[in-house]
Amino acid sequence: MTRVRNFHAAQWDEPLILELGSPGERGYIPPAVESGIQDVVGPAEELVPAAMRRQAPPQLPEISQPGVLRHYLRLSQMTMGCHITPDASLGTCTMKYSPQINEHLARSPQMSDLHPLQDDETTQGMLEIIYGLEQMLCEISGMSAFTFQPAGGSQAIFANACIIRAYHEDRGEGDLRDEIISTAFSHPIDCAAPAVAGFKVITLMPGPHGYPELDALKAAISPRTAGLMMTNPEDTGIFNPYVEEFTRLVHEAGGLCAYDQANANGILGITRARENGFDLCQFNLHKTFSVPHGSTGGSCGAGGCTEELAKYLPSPKVEFDGERYYWDYDRPDSIGKIRSFHGNLQAVLRSYAWILAHGSEGLRQVAETAVLNNNYLQQLIQQIPGVSIGYDAPGRRLQEVRYSWEPLLEETGVSSEDVRRRMVDFGLQGYFTSHHPMLIPEPFTLEPSESWSRSDLEEYGRVLGHIDSEARDDPEFVQSSPHRASITRIHEDALDTPEQWAMTWRGWKRKYGDVATPNA
Amino acid sequence: MNDQPGTHPYIPNSAPASRQAMLDAVGVKSVDELFEAIPASLKLGRPLNLPDPILSERDLKRTLEAILSRNTPATSVISFLGGGCWPHDIPAVCDEINSRAEFLTAYGGDTYADLGKHQAIFEFQSMIGELVGMEMVSAPVYDWSAAMTSALMMAARITGRRKTLITGTLPGDRRSNIDLTAGEWIDPEYLAFDQATGLMNLDDLRQKIKDDVASVYVEVPSYLGGIESDVAQIAEIAHAAGALLVVGVDAISLGVLAAPADYGADIVVGEGQALGVHMMYSGGLFGFIASRDEPRFVAEYPYLMVSIAPTRNGEGWGFGWSSMERTSYDLRENAPDYTGTTQWLWGITAAVYLSLLGPVGMREVGEGILQRSAYAMCRLGELPGVQAPVFDRAHFKEFVVNFDATGKTVAEINQALRARDIFGGHDLSRDFPQLGQSALYCVTEAHSKADIDQLVSTLEEVLA
Repeated sequence: MTRVRNFHAAQWDEPLILELGSPGERGYIPPAVESGIQDVVGPAEELVPAAMRRQAPPQLPEISQPGVLRHYLRLSQMTMGCHITPDASLGTCTMKYSPQINEHLARSPQMSDLHPLQDDETTQGMLEIIYGLEQMLCEISGMSAFTFQPAGGSQAIFANACIIRAYHEDRGEGDLRDEIISTAFSHPIDCAAPAVAGFKVITLMPGPHGYPELDALKAAISPRTAGLMMTNPEDTGIFNPYVEEFTRLVHEAGGLCAYDQANANGILGITRARENGFDLCQFNLHKTFSVPHGSTGGSCGAGGCTEELAKYLPSPKVEFDGERYYWDYDRPDSIGKIRSFHGNLQAVLRSYAWILAHGSEGLRQVAETAVLNNNYLQQLIQQIPGVSIGYDAPGRRLQEVRYSWEPLLEETGVSSEDVRRRMVDFGLQGYFTSHHPMLIPEPFTLEPSESWSRSDLEEYGRVLGHIDSEARDDPEFVQSSPHRASITRIHEDALDTPEQWAMTWRGWKRKYGDVATPNA
Repeated sequence: MNDQPGTHPYIPNSAPASRQAMLDAVGVKSVDELFEAIPASLKLGRPLNLPDPILSERDLKRTLEAILSRNTPATSVISFLGGGCWPHDIPAVCDEINSRAEFLTAYGGDTYADLGKHQAIFEFQSMIGELVGMEMVSAPVYDWSAAMTSALMMAARITGRRKTLITGTLPGDRRSNIDLTAGEWIDPEYLAFDQATGLMNLDDLRQKIKDDVASVYVEVPSYLGGIESDVAQIAEIAHAAGALLVVGVDAISLGVLAAPADYGADIVVGEGQALGVHMMYSGGLFGFIASRDEPRFVAEYPYLMVSIAPTRNGEGWGFGWSSMERTSYDLRENAPDYTGTTQWLWGITAAVYLSLLGPVGMREVGEGILQRSAYAMCRLGELPGVQAPVFDRAHFKEFVVNFDATGKTVAEINQALRARDIFGGHDLSRDFPQLGQSALYCVTEAHSKADIDQLVSTLEEVLA
């Protein structure tokens, strides 16, 4: 294809499920209680203390099974998963192919119907997989141990902040060392997690090359330094070449270094956390390691650390005694529980299978292709007149680039948010702009993972180029987009205005009158 | 690398011709030039030491299936394990919807590309709101533990107080989560529970509550399965001291148990796994937070929330993230709590489940759980040396069985049961040593009378 796609999203004009169906309809019948039970225990109502009985039934939908299925299938058709579109849009999120075979395996009863408190003898297969993935990630990162209990990257980063806290407390320096250093282009959680764990946070701002200069770090380091928590490459796709110096200086000051490797797609098999001087790291299995993102989870933040810090990892942890695998609960130095039971182990199974399907050469092929794809897409995007790329960084960007539509805004009045809405009209996911703080004006961040073909990338670049032209011909058309999406433009202000927002149907009815929503 | 691996089925541009054309287009001779930004001293310079790749899907499948065959699914035996992750019947439509590639592989996409995802989550929030009786509901949270801890921290910020009085039956996982996450922000103090009833000791509550208490936290049903007789009384005591009442619930109970808003809850948290999600070795857990729609409450929610909003042309509506300035994404180092990728796929699944069951199905499923668990208590209590239930009060789904008088430990009994294809209740002797050799048994609508009868007859044999 050499043109832009003549796309139109499904537009079902679908009411809320709460407005569908008819009184008396139902979609599922729970198993009947046998008369032999009824005879012994009597009516259910009498089994609940009077004050605790439900008075009015919940106002849930009354709708048949085909009605429910149809409604949610229609909603699915109005959702742009990355199996539907080559999602190079959500930069920092590493949207990639989640192999279908892994989905089948993860949904087998041998995984999905395990209870977390089953005896270890009955879960040796999953324990082997958990232990096996730990060994693989240790090799990939150079770390010595991993936990899979955190349910996402943020939980893993929070656990790392807690491990830093526990480490200094054990050394009698808990009160003294109360500062964490991070960087402005690291994910916001690298500042938020240590703050919640009780640290003060110092954020280093980028220098002229896009990363913080060594002098800024030196000025931030003090006897109060507990640690450094940062990403690399940062959100911009720029690799901080002084990272070895960063970690060395923090270590010399007595701090620990935690590497946010949420997105490690551009460096698999190229460079490792350990050689970069980090004591802790985490991989988001839904990013680099192919676990489907699930519309925002559940996934896993796999937290890794050095041998010295392994005793602090959340409890329990899988161990192997040479014959059998087991959950080890006897870990007195552990920071404790970040999630109930064991975590999203269905994600662990998928990542284990994904790594097995690649091996060492395959993982390097992933990183090389992700970086090649990014450089190729950059070649296409930087030819678009309304786009600029900030920072004069040495070397090439790795797996992603944060671009700017600042020239387009100045020349046409069309903003990055406008383009973001318009691209949906061509069957692409709206791109990620930027985390806070928005240091780059009119930002957009693209990450074309290894899963997208050359022609996918060319189509992607063509769409953005086409929108740039549209902005010059008819800016209002772009500003009033989308035009071929599942809905037209909303009043964004309503989302943030207490009198207008509504997080539930009952809230909507109270604020907007007891009338049906516009589509009903 | 000179020894280029072959074309990988997951990687389109590993096809040599595409790869070469793209290298030429970006102006490098070899792919190594693309990595010049990384100092040579940091490069690994050797292949990773990983198992050889399994490129054939058939071989990968066989390898994984062989490993997985060493697991015994709880559904292939009769299992009475619960304790916060429960075996319920899963309607096939739930699995169909959460397998849909559109939902499965979407992420943080926007209002326009991901309308369906946002609407499904809004419907989830709406239906949880109906169950608990609240207007404000978060998008899915990590799990009950995280929802609870965040809610207790919210209460501390709303009231400007730190002390938090917590039910004495809280399980170890949730206690540990509070210590880990909220240690810098609240001072937890655990209330005694009545040794005869297993319910909150109200005298202890009255004694401990002062005007420095931010919130009182109670669970309905409790971890040990008990249904408090009258939470409205606990609410009155809390409110008289200016404290908030935070209530934790098992969502599937709310077709038969009162909506927490009706007995005075200010914030409701809970676990939703029972609503159509497989246990997945605990991967099926997800939580939620709900409250009244008051700005002082909403401002303290740390999690994402989806709001409905009208379209500009007045002909429809859409959805989007509401008030992101509350969240750690915007607050960075000023964040009092954090969020990130949580468990949205299970929230969508719960919306499907609640739509399928409706008000009648939710009542019936709750009644079935009440009656089956009552039957199991009754039958187990007839066995010599077995006390079931330990606590003389109403229960929902779970209850404590004591084996002290049998002379056997729970571990011994469970091992014998396992040999007969039954997973006995969870051994409580580590978390609740004061209960002696006791186990937490879980009975749901998925258990038949025959399952329960088989447990009873097998236990009789094992204890003989």
